[in-house]
Amino acid sequence: MVNAVAFHGAGKRFADWVFRSVDLALPAQATSAIVGPSGCGKTTLLQLVNAVHRPDEGRVEVFGEPVPKIAVEAFRRRIGYAVQGAGLFPHLTVAENVSLLARLERWHDAAIRQRRRELFDLVDLSDDLERRYPHQLSGGQQQRVGLCRALMLRPVLLLLDEPFSAIDPIARADIHRQFEELRDHEQVSTVLVTHDIREARRLADYLVIMGRKERGEGSIVQAGATAAVASAPADDFVRRLLESAS
Amino acid sequence: MKHWLIAAAAALLALASAGKPIVVASKNFNESYILGEIVAQLLEREGFAVERKLGLGGTKICYDALTAGEVDVYVEYTGTLAEAILDLDGEPTPVRLAAALAPAGIEMLGTLGFNNTYALGIAGKVAAARGLTKVSDLTAHRDLRLAVSHEFLERADGWPGLRQVYGFDWTPAGIEHALAYQAIADGAIDGTDAYSTDGELDRYDIAVLEDDRGFFPAYFAVPLVRADLAGGAKAAIERLAGTLNDADMRAMNAAALIGEATTAGVARAFIDERQLADGSLGAVDRSRPPDSPVRRLAANTGRHLELVALALAPATLLAVLLALAIFKISWLARAAVYIAGLLQTIPSIALLALFIPLTGIGLLPAVVALFLYALLPILRNAVTALAGIDPTLRRVAVAMGLKPFEELRHVFVPLAMPSIIAGVRTAAVIGIGTATLAAFIGAGGLGDPIVKGLALNDARLILEGAVPAALLAIATELVFEALERYLAPGHLRSQDFG
Repeated sequence: MVNAVAFHGAGKRFADWVFRSVDLALPAQATSAIVGPSGCGKTTLLQLVNAVHRPDEGRVEVFGEPVPKIAVEAFRRRIGYAVQGAGLFPHLTVAENVSLLARLERWHDAAIRQRRRELFDLVDLSDDLERRYPHQLSGGQQQRVGLCRALMLRPVLLLLDEPFSAIDPIARADIHRQFEELRDHEQVSTVLVTHDIREARRLADYLVIMGRKERGEGSIVQAGATAAVASAPADDFVRRLLESAS
Repeated sequence: MKHWLIAAAAALLALASAGKPIVVASKNFNESYILGEIVAQLLEREGFAVERKLGLGGTKICYDALTAGEVDVYVEYTGTLAEAILDLDGEPTPVRLAAALAPAGIEMLGTLGFNNTYALGIAGKVAAARGLTKVSDLTAHRDLRLAVSHEFLERADGWPGLRQVYGFDWTPAGIEHALAYQAIADGAIDGTDAYSTDGELDRYDIAVLEDDRGFFPAYFAVPLVRADLAGGAKAAIERLAGTLNDADMRAMNAAALIGEATTAGVARAFIDERQLADGSLGAVDRSRPPDSPVRRLAANTGRHLELVALALAPATLLAVLLALAIFKISWLARAAVYIAGLLQTIPSIALLALFIPLTGIGLLPAVVALFLYALLPILRNAVTALAGIDPTLRRVAVAMGLKPFEELRHVFVPLAMPSIIAGVRTAAVIGIGTATLAAFIGAGGLGDPIVKGLALNDARLILEGAVPAALLAIATELVFEALERYLAPGHLRSQDFG
């Protein structure tokens, strides 16, 4: 089966190299988690996937196709994206936030409403929230709206950049469960960036552990099925990381 | 063939200019208004169509407007011509003045007769108490509170020259000339520069000091006309030569300023009395009927709004588009705000005057100047608001697949909207205030009664412009507040970065 995302010798630099020569294959129909300390380049790695950044070496493929250089907007719309703090547009209501892309894609109002309802049900968001503005919602509610917005157009791939980090631990357990329901219902391949190994082990089928070399350059320390990584850590760094969660 | 074409073009030009009214201007003080009215009414009675731009501005504005062809005639003074305009050394004889004016396409007609020279006037009581009779007496009385007009402070034939010739080692304060006499009457100042034909001299009991070292040059009133002015019109104006002596002029000034008569009424009486209008042409008196205050107020307010709106609309469009184009490039955005800020620092009157050679006088230069002033608040607010949008939102907008235009339309513009509106609101209120100065260059508006009121020392006229302008500014605030409420959700608080 073709991989959801594949990096072939990919590298990115701004002033210095963020990472170099990354080879990775993230499986389709599964959730992959990229775990590592802050500053190791995991967010930048994620942003190579939806063409927000371009690799300065190597190449990136999504479902076997190279990331396009033209019509990137259409490409990005097939990839859902959610971030820490949800990033909801404060001038739009909840319903408008979630529907924005569908409206731009000229979906019928009825189809938009129906799809929104479907997603809201999956994450336990009630009808009366739709007309509210983001600042009137709790952090957990905002994050669930962010997930719904990311999934509105039924993307084939979902990119999550620390979406659950800012949520308090009790609400986080709920939102993890709701995310799993969403993911399983939508059958969407997911790449999750997080610094929380516990979250990664709970949600992901496939683990990518990133670290930092001496010069600050990020690198892949270990990648593999979650169970395999857990039972056979590649080195002390990974072992300590796994132990910190238990 | 060629000659025929030229002849046809010349004929067309003559036809076109025949239909055009003769533009009569005046400077912005009482006497100049009266002389402007006299010239205008005389021409009208001789059958010429006349457009009045009375109280147009100071020396530079009137002269520039004349050379630019925006004005056909106004009455100047020989001393001013020699010193302030032509920079002539030595005796400014009529022949020398005429020769200096010719290259600019301007003719000087015969002097009206009176010599309105500068003089130093001291409150009568003060002069008597201190025994002041001559300008040279002032050296021993440097504690006198003198305040002179700003023009007098600057001109070579004003304070700077006087100071040299008489050896004064101080500089008096500046004051608007129309206010100086009232200030003397109130005891706020002891003396000021006066004009020898000022109607107030007698009324306020002001002693004129003798220019014992003969410093002040002669200021004979002379009509300046464009050389291409119709011969008949020149001949009509030439009839005024030698008709007025100092006492005549002082009496007319006093009648308009202190008495009940209007400048137009004084001018009409003068023309009638001297029988200057030539009845044989059969022309009718076309001087405009006095219009009602309400209609005048409505016209001035309408014109005022027109000025501001014509400047504000393109300024908003340009500033917002510019802000959208450059806000992502921070050094460019900073540079643009900086340049717009520089424009703002140019004093309004100077900016208005700067445009006269380029755009002439009237609506256009006023709108251009107001446009430039409006750019800064709008641009600064728009750029600051756009650049200040949460970077997470910008990242999400890109990553979710919004095209650049959709990003602007659905994210950036609505988020920046409250600040953009606040910027436009600031610009509108500043514009309403600044537009009152547009009257100085003949653009009309609510500044018109203010300028006239200042020149004629008429508080009622000043209020007729100032009060509606203030009300207009308040109304504008309210309208924009409502607009903001309508265009932006309440929780996106407006931020004015101005």
